[in-house]
Amino acid sequence: MDAIVHVEGLRKVYGVTVAVEEVSFEVRAGEIFGMVGPNGAGKTTTIECLEGLRKPDQGTIRVLGLDPQRDGQALRLRTGMQLQQSNLPDRMRVWEALDLYASFYPRAADWRALLTQLGLEEKRNASFSKLSGGQKQRLFVALALLPDPELVFLDELTTGLDPQARHAIWDLVRDVRARGKTVLLTTHFMEEAERLCDRVAILDHGRIEALDTPAALIRGLETEERVVFNLDGGLSPALQNALARAGRLEIQGERVVVHGKNGCEVPLVSEVVNLLSGQGIPFRDLRTEQATLEDVFLSLTGRKLRE
Amino acid sequence: MKSLTKMTWMEAKLFLREPVGAFFTLIFPLLMLFIFGTIYGSQPAVGPGGQGAIAMLIPAFTAMTIGITGLMPITITLAIYRENGILRRLRTTPVSPLVVMAAQVIVVFTMTCLGMLLLVTAGKLVYHVTFEGNAFSMAGGFILSSLSFFGIGFILAGVMPTARTAQVVAMVLLYPMLILSGAAWPRELMPATMQKVSAFLPLTYVVNLLRGLWTGQPWGNQLLDVGVLVGMLLLGVLVSAKTFRWE
Repeated sequence: MDAIVHVEGLRKVYGVTVAVEEVSFEVRAGEIFGMVGPNGAGKTTTIECLEGLRKPDQGTIRVLGLDPQRDGQALRLRTGMQLQQSNLPDRMRVWEALDLYASFYPRAADWRALLTQLGLEEKRNASFSKLSGGQKQRLFVALALLPDPELVFLDELTTGLDPQARHAIWDLVRDVRARGKTVLLTTHFMEEAERLCDRVAILDHGRIEALDTPAALIRGLETEERVVFNLDGGLSPALQNALARAGRLEIQGERVVVHGKNGCEVPLVSEVVNLLSGQGIPFRDLRTEQATLEDVFLSLTGRKLRE
Repeated sequence: MKSLTKMTWMEAKLFLREPVGAFFTLIFPLLMLFIFGTIYGSQPAVGPGGQGAIAMLIPAFTAMTIGITGLMPITITLAIYRENGILRRLRTTPVSPLVVMAAQVIVVFTMTCLGMLLLVTAGKLVYHVTFEGNAFSMAGGFILSSLSFFGIGFILAGVMPTARTAQVVAMVLLYPMLILSGAAWPRELMPATMQKVSAFLPLTYVVNLLRGLWTGQPWGNQLLDVGVLVGMLLLGVLVSAKTFRWE
């Protein structure tokens, strides 16, 4: 696939603070590419350098084949941007904002259709200040889609939203990709990156620590899988031995935890369930716990609190 | 062009939805006229041609409207737009900063014109004020004065660090200027020392120019006023072009 974003050796310094250093990556056409990292990791700085809002100190950036600093105008015609911090005038109405911003583009998308697609039809005449956080974000996504862009930048799209609004926005982003657009987003929700992104770059201290598909990142962690269940009666020694062959056994009262290696041929859970039901032993509340992107993230960036 | 039209229309609607701004531009000068009209009637005669005080108040209150609109709406709107990230959002689009600034100028100028038209109409209908000048000269003086004052607004918006300071500084500049320049009442009613102070206030030159043109004086008598205002206009354009910031 073609790379539509190409970043090589990006470096940006604010005073004495190095915000981003030696950042290199590519974004392929049609994918959802995510940048995750703790606050201050350099996600927003990177995305704003790509958008042309900040001037990099070093490095090459090509977005849709354009240099964001030199060809900013051409870039702004072909990309949609949703910023981490931005606003509209309080008394501007939803339809007015869309109508106004549509006039900035020679071939703008139909804003009335966007209004419906983003579920803002009912809020058409509402003032910006009267919108909820989720509605504001949907409006900003609509504004970012107005240029009918080839590439959409979404910076911290779901920060501060409730779970319903967050899931609605995820559907929306998948929908944007389904329409053939490429999405570059930043987030600090690992679940969001894991569910939404085709590929994820983990940033910390201004550098890329890892870059791959979420599944590959989790596999690479070589963490263990756990099967947890409750038993009413105790465990017979025979069963204990059988379970211990499947994985390391931990018994906490009536709760049993079996630790196994991730990614074995026979899934640990089916091995455990086979053993239990084979011997007719009743069990309750069985669940498996697997490594998530969050575990990958914590193992790469450490657990120390930031800021 | 399409974006300028849309943005101007949008800003006009936003201007009228902000009751305080619309009140001070359109209604406040009119209220002042009625208050002073009730106090003075047609006495005392202070104008050069011996007209009543009311006749002289029309150009003075027009100057007041220009002072208010030049310093308040432009400064506050732009400062708030920058502080709240509204300009930042605009910056991600292909729209030019000139369109943003031009829309402000057009809207505030139109509102100032409306304010003046209301004053003149009320003056004619209620107090039978006579106008002895040339309408084109008056319009020219009005345009020059307005644009020079918008320049101050743009400079303040560009230079002040936050919306709050921009607003406070604009008010601190505006109120003494309204009182001492002769815009709020005839300067002739003030002590001589106060009148000397007024020479340092930009609004004084607006009052002088508009009063002169209103009473039919030739432009030749207003060279000082015109000079000061043209200088302010140039300064405003240069400084605001240099200091305009998206964020």
